[in-house]
Amino acid sequence: MKKIIKVENIYKRYFDKKSNHSSEILKDISFEIEENEFVVIFGPGQCGKSTLIKIIAGLEKPSEGTCYIRDKTISAPGPDRAVVFQNILLFPWLTVIENVGYSMKVRGFDKEEIKADSQKYIDLVGLTGFEKTYPIKISGGMKQRVGIARAYCARPEVMLMDEPFGALDAQTRYLMQDEVIRIRSQEKRTVIFVTNNIEEAIYLADRIILLTESPSTIKSDIKIDLKRPRNHMSEEFLSLRKQISEMANGIR
Amino acid sequence: MKKNNLKKIIWGASGLLAVLIIWYIASQRETLGKLLPNPFEVFKFIFQSFLTPIGQNTMMMHILWSMSRVMTGYILACVVGVVLGFIVGWFKVGEAIIKPFYLVLKSIPSIAWIPLAIMWFGIGEESKYFIIFIATMLIVMTNAIDGVLDVNKDYIGVARMLGTTEKQIFFKVVFPSAVPQIFSGLQVALSAAWATVVAAEMVRSSEGVGWVILIGQDTVNMVQIFAGIMVIGVIGLILASIMRGVEAKLCAWNRRGK
Repeated sequence: MKKIIKVENIYKRYFDKKSNHSSEILKDISFEIEENEFVVIFGPGQCGKSTLIKIIAGLEKPSEGTCYIRDKTISAPGPDRAVVFQNILLFPWLTVIENVGYSMKVRGFDKEEIKADSQKYIDLVGLTGFEKTYPIKISGGMKQRVGIARAYCARPEVMLMDEPFGALDAQTRYLMQDEVIRIRSQEKRTVIFVTNNIEEAIYLADRIILLTESPSTIKSDIKIDLKRPRNHMSEEFLSLRKQISEMANGIR
Repeated sequence: MKKNNLKKIIWGASGLLAVLIIWYIASQRETLGKLLPNPFEVFKFIFQSFLTPIGQNTMMMHILWSMSRVMTGYILACVVGVVLGFIVGWFKVGEAIIKPFYLVLKSIPSIAWIPLAIMWFGIGEESKYFIIFIATMLIVMTNAIDGVLDVNKDYIGVARMLGTTEKQIFFKVVFPSAVPQIFSGLQVALSAAWATVVAAEMVRSSEGVGWVILIGQDTVNMVQIFAGIMVIGVIGLILASIMRGVEAKLCAWNRRGK
């Protein structure tokens, strides 16, 4: 398997001018991700997991260390690493289909190609019929589907999902988890998924990177070998959950 | 929804009717009658003014004259205001150079420009365009600046992530997100432009709705003054609703429900 993302000795510190004190969020984080792997970064709230994914996205700079995508240093955001945010950030002035096709449009793709691809991803996330709707008129779950379609349509090498379902209700959240699995089974992609929900982590991941509380280091790197489709209530699932919970609680 | 609208219309109509009745009764009293003409005479006057000319022109021509002045000054103000607003809002250097002038100009009431307008442009049409321009440009500009500054920075981050180049960011993200704010500026400015036309026509003119009012004053014709005021009000209202219609089309994404 080929490596696609390499994170090397990342540190992140914020300097607080008021207290003249710098606080460390990330401390010596290193890992590699293989092509088409589904990696979940899991850790307690307020640990540096969102910061870490923003650094990989190029939206924030590390204090020390370097991230690489295919041996190229990451220094700025780019469409090879599309992010799905918790607050989604669809452009409200564009319709659903325009949002989905946005990245291809600004990068100068052919009109027909944009149309075909946008439609394909809208169909894939199950929003057929809502192409001409403005984001203000659709529900949170639907918006998140548009966010996912938009990220896919940027033709990224890696999908970065930063607690994408954190703002959804439990019911919709389960639904969206299944959707992510279904969509990825049709469109193979490398996914890095950040969550603080252990059930979500085990349900989705090929591999879980467990972070400690801040300053975060990698506590453990766990391969999840459960067969798909997974069942939240199966014995293996529950025992894995117990095991990881204990590990996570140990670090709190 | 429908029922609410009907209620609104009924209440609105009754309010209007009440004002008319009070106005009518007041105009029949001896003292107040000197200040308020009979409303029905005013309506009759307005109706007749479309058929028989006041001065050289019928009311329709007066309206068109005023309208052409308003539109010339206003459209000029919109273009200049939006462009300057973008420069101040988006470019640091633009802000540094233009903003001080903007702040000084903003605190000068538009009527104070009238004498200068006459000195600069004479008493022809140009000075009227100028007065309307100066009364509305800063309103448009203020809203354009705010629109640009209010852009959610996260949208710019998302745009970069999706491959938007720095050159594209203004027109792909900043401009569309500023459109509603700009539009509200254009709306306020149009009302202001229409309201300023009377002042502009005071500079000397022989036509226009503002002129109708001024002549009414010169000839102590209360009915004519009221007629002029009402025509200005109604036209202003019509313009504002046209603007709202355009806004609803252009900014559909920004309006909840509907």
